[in-house]
Amino acid sequence: MGPLIPNDIITGDWNFVIALLLGVAFGFILEASGFSSSRNLAGVFYGYNFVVLRVFFTAVIVAMTGLLYFDYFGWLDLSKIFILPTFVSPMILGAVIMGIGFVMGGFCPGTSFTGIAIGKMDALVFAIGLALGIFIFGETYPLFEDFFNSGSLGNVTLTDVTGIPAAWFAIAFTVIALAAFWFTATIEKKVRKNITEYKF
Amino acid sequence: MLGILVIITFYITGRGLGASGAVKSSVVTVVETIAPEHAASSPYYSKYIPEDKSPMNNWLVFESLGVLLGGLLSGVIYGRVKKFRTEHGPKITSKKRLFFALVGGALFGIGSQFGRGCTSGAALVGSSSFSFGGVIVMLGIFGTGYAVAYLFRKLWI
Repeated sequence: MGPLIPNDIITGDWNFVIALLLGVAFGFILEASGFSSSRNLAGVFYGYNFVVLRVFFTAVIVAMTGLLYFDYFGWLDLSKIFILPTFVSPMILGAVIMGIGFVMGGFCPGTSFTGIAIGKMDALVFAIGLALGIFIFGETYPLFEDFFNSGSLGNVTLTDVTGIPAAWFAIAFTVIALAAFWFTATIEKKVRKNITEYKF
Repeated sequence: MLGILVIITFYITGRGLGASGAVKSSVVTVVETIAPEHAASSPYYSKYIPEDKSPMNNWLVFESLGVLLGGLLSGVIYGRVKKFRTEHGPKITSKKRLFFALVGGALFGIGSQFGRGCTSGAALVGSSSFSFGGVIVMLGIFGTGYAVAYLFRKLWI
Protein backbone atom coordinates (compact mmCIF):
# COMPACT_ATOMS: atom_id res chain seq x y z
CA MET A 1 0.00 0.00 0.00
CA GLY A 2 1.63 3.19 1.17
CA PRO A 3 3.47 5.41 0.54
CA LEU A 4 1.03 6.05 -2.29
CA ILE A 5 3.04 8.29 -4.63
CA PRO A 6 6.39 6.42 -4.53
CA ASN A 7 4.42 3.19 -5.10
CA ASP A 8 2.65 4.78 -8.11
CA ILE A 9 -0.82 4.29 -6.60
CA ILE A 10 -1.32 8.04 -7.04
CA THR A 11 0.40 9.40 -10.15
CA GLY A 12 2.80 12.33 -10.17
CA ASP A 13 0.23 14.62 -11.83
CA TRP A 14 -1.66 14.89 -8.56
CA ASN A 15 1.50 15.73 -6.69
CA PHE A 16 1.04 19.50 -6.58
CA VAL A 17 -2.67 19.35 -5.74
CA ILE A 18 -1.84 17.10 -2.82
CA ALA A 19 1.04 19.39 -1.83
CA LEU A 20 -1.35 22.33 -1.72
CA LEU A 21 -3.99 20.45 0.29
CA LEU A 22 -1.48 19.08 2.82
CA GLY A 23 -0.09 22.60 3.12
CA VAL A 24 -3.56 23.99 3.83
CA ALA A 25 -4.01 21.41 6.60
CA PHE A 26 -0.55 22.22 8.01
CA GLY A 27 -1.16 25.98 7.93
CA PHE A 28 -4.60 25.60 9.48
CA ILE A 29 -3.30 23.50 12.37
CA LEU A 30 -0.37 25.86 13.04
CA GLU A 31 -2.58 28.94 13.05
CA ALA A 32 -5.35 27.32 15.08
CA SER A 33 -2.75 26.24 17.68
CA GLY A 34 -1.84 29.91 18.17
CA PHE A 35 1.50 29.63 16.33
CA SER A 36 0.82 32.74 14.25
CA SER A 37 1.75 34.79 17.33
CA SER A 38 5.44 35.31 18.11
CA ARG A 39 4.62 35.98 21.76
CA ASN A 40 2.90 32.62 22.06
CA LEU A 41 5.91 30.94 20.48
CA ALA A 42 8.53 32.75 22.55
CA GLY A 43 6.57 31.84 25.69
CA VAL A 44 8.07 28.37 25.62
CA PHE A 45 11.49 29.87 26.45
CA TYR A 46 10.23 32.11 29.28
CA GLY A 47 7.79 29.75 30.97
CA TYR A 48 4.58 31.71 30.40
CA ASN A 49 3.26 29.62 27.50
CA PHE A 50 4.27 26.05 26.74
CA VAL A 51 1.83 25.52 23.86
CA VAL A 52 4.75 24.97 21.45
CA LEU A 53 6.12 22.16 23.57
CA ARG A 54 2.71 20.52 23.94
CA VAL A 55 1.77 20.65 20.26
CA PHE A 56 5.25 19.77 19.03
CA PHE A 57 5.86 16.79 21.29
CA THR A 58 2.33 15.47 20.94
CA ALA A 59 2.84 15.54 17.17
CA VAL A 60 6.19 13.74 17.37
CA ILE A 61 4.96 10.93 19.64
CA VAL A 62 1.67 10.48 17.73
CA ALA A 63 3.54 10.35 14.42
CA MET A 64 6.25 8.00 15.75
CA THR A 65 3.72 5.57 17.21
CA GLY A 66 1.39 5.87 14.22
CA LEU A 67 4.13 5.20 11.68
CA LEU A 68 5.15 2.07 13.59
CA TYR A 69 1.54 0.81 13.64
CA PHE A 70 1.07 1.60 9.92
CA ASP A 71 4.23 -0.40 9.25
CA TYR A 72 3.11 -3.24 11.53
CA PHE A 73 -0.25 -3.58 9.78
CA GLY A 74 1.45 -3.44 6.40
CA TRP A 75 -0.23 -0.17 5.34
CA LEU A 76 2.98 1.76 4.94
CA ASP A 77 6.40 0.47 3.95
CA LEU A 78 8.73 2.38 6.29
CA SER A 79 11.73 1.38 4.20
CA LYS A 80 10.32 3.50 1.36
CA ILE A 81 9.80 6.74 3.25
CA PHE A 82 12.35 9.54 3.09
CA ILE A 83 14.70 9.62 6.07
CA LEU A 84 16.36 13.00 6.53
CA PRO A 85 20.12 12.50 6.01
CA THR A 86 22.45 13.15 8.94
CA PHE A 87 25.47 15.47 8.82
CA VAL A 88 26.50 15.59 12.46
CA SER A 89 28.54 18.77 12.94
CA PRO A 90 26.82 20.97 10.31
CA MET A 91 23.45 20.01 11.79
CA ILE A 92 24.55 20.87 15.33
CA LEU A 93 25.84 24.26 14.15
CA GLY A 94 22.69 24.86 12.07
CA ALA A 95 20.42 24.02 15.00
CA VAL A 96 22.36 26.34 17.32
CA ILE A 97 22.05 29.20 14.79
CA MET A 98 18.33 28.44 14.39
CA GLY A 99 17.85 28.35 18.17
CA ILE A 100 19.30 31.88 18.45
CA GLY A 101 17.21 32.96 15.45
CA PHE A 102 14.09 31.55 17.11
CA VAL A 103 14.55 33.54 20.32
CA MET A 104 15.49 36.75 18.47
CA GLY A 105 12.93 36.47 15.69
CA GLY A 106 10.06 34.84 17.57
CA PHE A 107 9.11 32.65 14.62
CA CYS A 108 10.29 29.68 12.68
CA PRO A 109 9.75 29.56 8.91
CA GLY A 110 6.43 27.66 8.86
CA THR A 111 4.87 29.69 11.66
CA SER A 112 5.95 32.96 10.04
CA PHE A 113 3.90 32.02 6.94
CA THR A 114 0.77 31.67 9.09
CA GLY A 115 1.63 34.97 10.80
CA ILE A 116 1.79 36.67 7.39
CA ALA A 117 -1.58 35.11 6.49
CA ILE A 118 -3.31 36.90 9.35
CA GLY A 119 -1.50 40.22 8.91
CA LYS A 120 1.55 40.24 11.21
CA MET A 121 4.24 42.67 10.05
CA ASP A 122 6.83 40.98 12.26
CA ALA A 123 6.13 37.66 10.50
CA LEU A 124 6.57 39.28 7.08
CA VAL A 125 9.86 40.87 8.11
CA PHE A 126 10.99 37.53 9.57
CA ALA A 127 10.29 35.83 6.22
CA ILE A 128 12.23 38.57 4.39
CA GLY A 129 15.11 37.92 6.82
CA LEU A 130 14.81 34.23 6.03
CA ALA A 131 15.28 34.86 2.30
CA LEU A 132 18.16 37.22 3.09
CA GLY A 133 19.84 34.56 5.26
CA ILE A 134 19.54 31.90 2.56
CA PHE A 135 20.93 34.40 0.03
CA ILE A 136 23.90 35.18 2.30
CA PHE A 137 24.45 31.45 2.72
CA GLY A 138 24.25 30.85 -1.05
CA GLU A 139 26.76 33.62 -1.79
CA THR A 140 29.30 32.52 0.82
CA TYR A 141 28.82 28.77 0.35
CA PRO A 142 32.22 28.13 -1.34
CA LEU A 143 33.95 29.31 1.88
CA PHE A 144 32.58 26.45 3.95
CA GLU A 145 31.60 23.85 1.40
CA ASP A 146 33.85 21.23 3.04
CA PHE A 147 32.35 21.80 6.47
CA PHE A 148 28.83 21.77 5.01
CA ASN A 149 29.37 18.26 3.66
CA SER A 150 31.29 16.94 6.68
CA GLY A 151 30.08 14.42 9.25
CA SER A 152 27.86 12.65 6.74
CA LEU A 153 26.28 9.44 8.03
CA GLY A 154 23.74 9.02 5.22
CA ASN A 155 19.99 8.57 5.72
CA VAL A 156 20.32 6.95 9.14
CA THR A 157 17.66 6.44 11.79
CA LEU A 158 18.10 6.33 15.55
CA THR A 159 17.98 2.53 15.26
CA ASP A 160 20.79 2.46 12.68
CA VAL A 161 22.99 4.53 14.99
CA THR A 162 22.24 2.86 18.34
CA GLY A 163 20.91 -0.60 17.44
CA ILE A 164 17.93 -0.02 19.74
CA PRO A 165 14.56 -0.86 18.07
CA ALA A 166 12.44 2.13 17.00
CA ALA A 167 9.59 1.15 19.32
CA TRP A 168 11.81 1.81 22.36
CA PHE A 169 12.44 5.35 21.14
CA ALA A 170 8.70 5.90 20.65
CA ILE A 171 8.09 4.73 24.24
CA ALA A 172 10.99 6.79 25.63
CA PHE A 173 9.82 9.95 23.83
CA THR A 174 6.27 9.39 25.09
CA VAL A 175 7.41 9.02 28.71
CA ILE A 176 9.67 12.09 28.45
CA ALA A 177 6.90 14.10 26.78
CA LEU A 178 4.30 13.23 29.43
CA ALA A 179 6.75 14.13 32.21
CA ALA A 180 7.55 17.39 30.43
CA PHE A 181 3.84 18.24 30.01
CA TRP A 182 3.23 17.81 33.72
CA PHE A 183 6.38 19.68 34.74
CA THR A 184 5.84 22.62 32.37
CA ALA A 185 2.19 22.95 33.38
CA THR A 186 3.28 23.62 36.98
CA ILE A 187 5.91 26.16 35.82
CA GLU A 188 3.36 27.88 33.59
CA LYS A 189 0.96 28.32 36.50
CA LYS A 190 3.63 29.95 38.68
CA VAL A 191 4.98 32.25 35.98
CA ARG A 192 1.55 33.41 34.79
CA LYS A 193 0.72 34.70 38.28
CA ASN A 194 3.49 37.28 37.89
CA ILE A 195 2.65 38.36 34.36
CA THR A 196 -0.25 40.71 34.04
CA GLU A 197 0.07 42.46 30.70
CA TYR A 198 -0.17 39.33 28.54
CA LYS A 199 -3.55 37.98 27.46
CA PHE A 200 -3.91 34.19 27.34
CA MET B 1 -3.82 16.66 14.91
CA LEU B 2 -0.34 17.66 13.76
CA GLY B 3 0.94 14.14 14.41
CA ILE B 4 -1.88 12.62 12.36
CA LEU B 5 -1.09 15.04 9.53
CA VAL B 6 2.57 13.94 9.56
CA ILE B 7 1.42 10.29 9.27
CA ILE B 8 -0.99 11.09 6.42
CA THR B 9 1.74 13.02 4.60
CA PHE B 10 4.14 10.10 4.88
CA TYR B 11 1.38 7.70 3.84
CA ILE B 12 0.58 9.65 0.68
CA THR B 13 3.92 11.10 -0.36
CA GLY B 14 6.56 9.05 1.46
CA ARG B 15 8.18 12.27 2.66
CA GLY B 16 7.41 15.05 5.02
CA LEU B 17 6.28 18.65 5.28
CA GLY B 18 8.63 21.59 5.20
CA ALA B 19 8.84 25.35 5.09
CA SER B 20 12.36 26.70 4.60
CA GLY B 21 12.66 24.83 1.29
CA ALA B 22 10.08 27.06 -0.38
CA VAL B 23 12.01 30.19 0.61
CA LYS B 24 15.17 28.63 -0.80
CA SER B 25 13.37 27.96 -4.11
CA SER B 26 12.26 31.59 -4.18
CA VAL B 27 15.77 32.87 -3.50
CA VAL B 28 17.23 30.62 -6.20
CA THR B 29 14.57 31.81 -8.66
CA VAL B 30 15.28 35.48 -7.97
CA VAL B 31 19.05 35.01 -8.28
CA GLU B 32 18.60 32.99 -11.47
CA THR B 33 16.35 35.66 -13.00
CA ILE B 34 18.63 38.57 -12.14
CA ALA B 35 21.98 36.89 -12.69
CA PRO B 36 21.53 33.60 -14.57
CA GLU B 37 25.23 33.00 -15.15
CA HIS B 38 26.09 33.66 -11.52
CA ALA B 39 23.40 31.21 -10.41
CA ALA B 40 24.53 28.51 -12.82
CA SER B 41 28.16 28.80 -11.78
CA SER B 42 27.42 28.87 -8.06
CA PRO B 43 28.06 25.48 -6.50
CA TYR B 44 25.05 25.97 -4.20
CA TYR B 45 22.30 27.54 -6.30
CA SER B 46 23.03 25.29 -9.27
CA LYS B 47 22.06 22.23 -7.20
CA TYR B 48 18.51 23.55 -7.04
CA ILE B 49 18.03 24.63 -10.66
CA PRO B 50 16.35 21.82 -12.60
CA GLU B 51 17.26 21.59 -16.27
CA ASP B 52 13.87 21.86 -17.87
CA LYS B 53 11.69 23.74 -15.42
CA SER B 54 11.61 26.62 -12.96
CA PRO B 55 12.96 26.11 -9.40
CA MET B 56 9.49 27.22 -8.27
CA ASN B 57 8.02 24.05 -9.81
CA ASN B 58 8.64 22.27 -6.54
CA TRP B 59 6.58 20.26 -4.05
CA LEU B 60 7.52 22.45 -1.09
CA VAL B 61 6.55 25.67 -2.89
CA PHE B 62 3.00 24.43 -3.46
CA GLU B 63 2.85 23.07 0.06
CA SER B 64 3.93 26.44 1.48
CA LEU B 65 1.30 28.28 -0.58
CA GLY B 66 -1.11 25.87 1.10
CA VAL B 67 0.29 26.85 4.52
CA LEU B 68 -0.51 30.51 3.75
CA LEU B 69 -4.04 29.60 2.64
CA GLY B 70 -4.60 27.28 5.61
CA GLY B 71 -3.34 29.95 8.01
CA LEU B 72 -5.68 32.47 6.42
CA LEU B 73 -8.61 30.05 6.62
CA SER B 74 -8.03 29.39 10.33
CA GLY B 75 -7.49 33.11 10.94
CA VAL B 76 -10.83 33.93 9.27
CA ILE B 77 -12.66 31.26 11.27
CA TYR B 78 -11.21 32.36 14.61
CA GLY B 79 -11.44 36.07 13.79
CA ARG B 80 -7.71 36.76 13.91
CA VAL B 81 -7.30 38.29 10.44
CA LYS B 82 -6.80 42.03 10.81
CA LYS B 83 -4.94 44.75 9.00
CA PHE B 84 -1.14 44.68 9.12
CA ARG B 85 0.19 45.11 12.64
CA THR B 86 3.32 44.32 14.64
CA GLU B 87 3.19 42.24 17.77
CA HIS B 88 5.91 42.85 20.35
CA GLY B 89 6.77 42.44 24.02
CA PRO B 90 5.72 45.15 26.50
CA LYS B 91 9.22 46.61 26.93
CA ILE B 92 10.20 47.22 23.31
CA THR B 93 8.99 49.31 20.37
CA SER B 94 7.62 47.98 17.08
CA LYS B 95 10.75 49.16 15.32
CA LYS B 96 13.00 47.16 17.61
CA ARG B 97 10.76 44.11 17.21
CA LEU B 98 10.98 44.32 13.41
CA PHE B 99 14.77 44.69 13.55
CA PHE B 100 15.10 41.55 15.65
CA ALA B 101 12.57 39.71 13.45
CA LEU B 102 14.77 40.47 10.44
CA VAL B 103 17.99 39.34 12.16
CA GLY B 104 16.29 36.27 13.63
CA GLY B 105 14.87 35.39 10.22
CA ALA B 106 18.29 35.72 8.59
CA LEU B 107 19.87 33.47 11.24
CA PHE B 108 17.10 30.93 10.73
CA GLY B 109 17.73 31.08 6.97
CA ILE B 110 21.45 30.39 7.38
CA GLY B 111 20.90 27.75 10.09
CA SER B 112 18.28 25.87 8.09
CA GLN B 113 20.78 25.32 5.27
CA PHE B 114 23.36 23.77 7.62
CA GLY B 115 20.60 21.84 9.42
CA ARG B 116 19.12 20.45 6.18
CA GLY B 117 15.74 21.81 7.16
CA CYS B 118 14.02 23.95 9.76
CA THR B 119 11.69 23.25 12.66
CA SER B 120 9.13 21.62 10.33
CA GLY B 121 11.20 19.62 7.88
CA ALA B 122 14.07 18.60 10.11
CA ALA B 123 12.98 18.83 13.75
CA LEU B 124 9.30 17.80 13.48
CA VAL B 125 9.14 15.47 10.49
CA GLY B 126 12.74 14.25 10.82
CA SER B 127 12.30 13.27 14.47
CA SER B 128 8.90 11.70 13.74
CA SER B 129 10.48 9.37 11.20
CA PHE B 130 13.24 8.44 13.70
CA SER B 131 15.93 10.26 11.69
CA PHE B 132 19.08 10.67 13.78
CA GLY B 133 19.74 14.07 12.21
CA GLY B 134 16.15 15.19 12.87
CA VAL B 135 16.59 14.53 16.59
CA ILE B 136 19.93 16.42 16.59
CA VAL B 137 18.23 19.46 15.04
CA MET B 138 15.24 19.27 17.42
CA LEU B 139 17.41 19.09 20.55
CA GLY B 140 19.78 21.72 19.13
CA ILE B 141 17.09 24.31 18.39
CA PHE B 142 15.22 24.00 21.68
CA GLY B 143 18.40 23.51 23.77
CA THR B 144 20.00 26.63 22.31
CA GLY B 145 16.72 28.52 22.64
CA TYR B 146 16.73 27.92 26.40
CA ALA B 147 20.46 28.63 26.67
CA VAL B 148 20.19 32.09 25.08
CA ALA B 149 16.65 33.01 26.22
CA TYR B 150 18.01 34.93 29.22
CA LEU B 151 20.05 37.25 26.98
CA PHE B 152 16.99 38.27 24.99
CA ARG B 153 14.41 38.38 27.80
CA LYS B 154 13.78 42.11 27.36
CA LEU B 155 12.34 41.41 23.91
CA TRP B 156 9.53 39.30 25.30
CA ILE B 157 8.84 39.80 29.02
